[in-house]
Amino acid sequence: MKMGAAVVKQAAGKSFEIIDHTADVGIIAYGTEIKQVFANAALALFSLITELKNIGEELKYDVEVVSEDRESLLVEWLNELIYLFDAEHVLLKNFDVQSLSNTRLKATCYGEKIDPSRHKLKTEVKAATYHMLRIDKDNKGYKAQIIFDI
Amino acid sequence: MAPWQGQLTRIDDYHWEIPQSYKQGMRVPGLIYASEEILNSIKAEQTPEQVANVAFLPGIIKFSMAMPDIHWGYGFPIGGVAAMDIKEGVISPGGVGYDINCGVRLLRTNLTEAEVRPKINELINELFRNIPSGLGSQGKIRASHKEMRELMVEGAKWAVGRGFGSTDDLEATEEGGCLEGANPDKISDKALKRGMPQAGTLGSGNHFLEVQVVKEIFEPETAKAMGIDETGQILVLIHTGSRGFGHQVCTDHLRVMEEAVSRYGINLPDRQLACAPIESPEGKDYFAAMACAANYAWNNRQCIAHWTRESFSTVFGKSAEELGMRQIYDVAHNIAKIEEHMVDDKKIKVCVHRKGATRAFPAGHKDIPERYKEIGQPVLIPGDMGRCSFVAVGTQKAMEESFGSTCHGAGRMLSRGAARRSLRGKDVARDLAERGILVKAGDIPSLAEEASQAYKDVTEVIEAVHQAGISRKVVMAVPLGVIKG
Repeated sequence: MKMGAAVVKQAAGKSFEIIDHTADVGIIAYGTEIKQVFANAALALFSLITELKNIGEELKYDVEVVSEDRESLLVEWLNELIYLFDAEHVLLKNFDVQSLSNTRLKATCYGEKIDPSRHKLKTEVKAATYHMLRIDKDNKGYKAQIIFDI
Repeated sequence: MAPWQGQLTRIDDYHWEIPQSYKQGMRVPGLIYASEEILNSIKAEQTPEQVANVAFLPGIIKFSMAMPDIHWGYGFPIGGVAAMDIKEGVISPGGVGYDINCGVRLLRTNLTEAEVRPKINELINELFRNIPSGLGSQGKIRASHKEMRELMVEGAKWAVGRGFGSTDDLEATEEGGCLEGANPDKISDKALKRGMPQAGTLGSGNHFLEVQVVKEIFEPETAKAMGIDETGQILVLIHTGSRGFGHQVCTDHLRVMEEAVSRYGINLPDRQLACAPIESPEGKDYFAAMACAANYAWNNRQCIAHWTRESFSTVFGKSAEELGMRQIYDVAHNIAKIEEHMVDDKKIKVCVHRKGATRAFPAGHKDIPERYKEIGQPVLIPGDMGRCSFVAVGTQKAMEESFGSTCHGAGRMLSRGAARRSLRGKDVARDLAERGILVKAGDIPSLAEEASQAYKDVTEVIEAVHQAGISRKVVMAVPLGVIKG
């Protein structure tokens, strides 16, 4: 696997990067705290789908997911967002993770409905997988790796 | 990624074994179908490790198998075949994949290249207009909740019942376009919500519709039985699956099985291999939901075939019947099926997972249409859009060796990211145009991901399964025009 293909920088440092996987695509999301990792992973997901800079924020979606451990909670969270994209035709770009335990997440997500005249859709993401799923912590903070099936 | 360094035993030029002793926990050996050259590209990634991992699954019989188009997936490799004993074995959503019943349908025509080439622009535009495609595309079918439940149970029959095609199409479809055991009560509201608006859409990614010209016929008599008579004849190949509906079904049931794994005391080397006993409530629920998604996909290809015929009719001013647009066959290449197979001289029921693999039943098998009883089941092997595709037939050897299975396509070689970095969609479209292949796509940049350079050469893949004896090549066709989502 080649790493660091498309690194996205944000003011506070690297928020996520896209990694290659032969049939699919993965992300590594970073954060000084775990809430930030979940938010950045969501941001990375929508960066695969479209250009983030073209997404507005007028719509608000409350999301709550539960799972049996932190890793699968991350998969659940991302799959919930993929569901919102596919079923509600919504693009999201701002993720306020209000509460997060190892088994439960509550967040408010901001975005807008897909407008084909302004939003160019790049990649159809089918699902977030458990494959090579990991969340690690070192002295710089947390990082999470997720492979998507596309 | 580091190349795979494990041990492989050469059985013959096209069979390679991963011994059961390779990894503690393997219940059977691994078996890879490949030429030495293909094998080297397979070993460049950790794909054989995934073949070994699948051998951990309870109830697996004979081998964890891999076709020559195998590439690295998530949990199961893509191009994997695993048959489980129905009593002691497990069923795994990852052994089917997210795109449940992703598959291929092939139509014949009476038209020739000379008649179609001058009108290819008009034809491709008409097909692109008439068939909903692209990311987030919505269908022309508006199914109510009640109709959606019917569709999930009836599959392609649902569309035929509404005037989209005929029972002749159903006869030329694996399972008659309807997998038994579908239960809409096992479908979540989320899957319904994703699935309803997408019924009858081609989708995006590697899905396509291709107008092809027959270039080479290897077995004229066999080809004739399929209605392929001469080189220069026009065929139409449709490649799509169950869209967001199938993805959600897989997501929902993987989650259930993730939790079930420890309850059933199953030890797995990769979480994505999550599974449950076939006869457990979780296993039965998944099968019932998977069958709904399989049927959704067959309905999808049935609708698209109908609109394809409509478009040809519009452009050539003749009815689909006059144009001889009969369906050759339709195969699933992401599915789990309950089938009867001979194991150690005993006929037993097994659950065959085919993830990126095609059923390849031989002549005389009870489950293939009457019209193909003499030749064997047609196997449809799409290549990438710049090279060619093959029609093959199933063999007795496939029945004896690979649970009646063969390869499904070219197999990805470059990741999507690597393809995008080394190629530009615009250049890919131009290169194809210079070679007489017209491509119309919803998103031009993503064409780079589907360029020939990103795939193994399907000719080498088909040669390997042909030489191994698990299917025989019959026809080779090349693209003339392609629509992509």
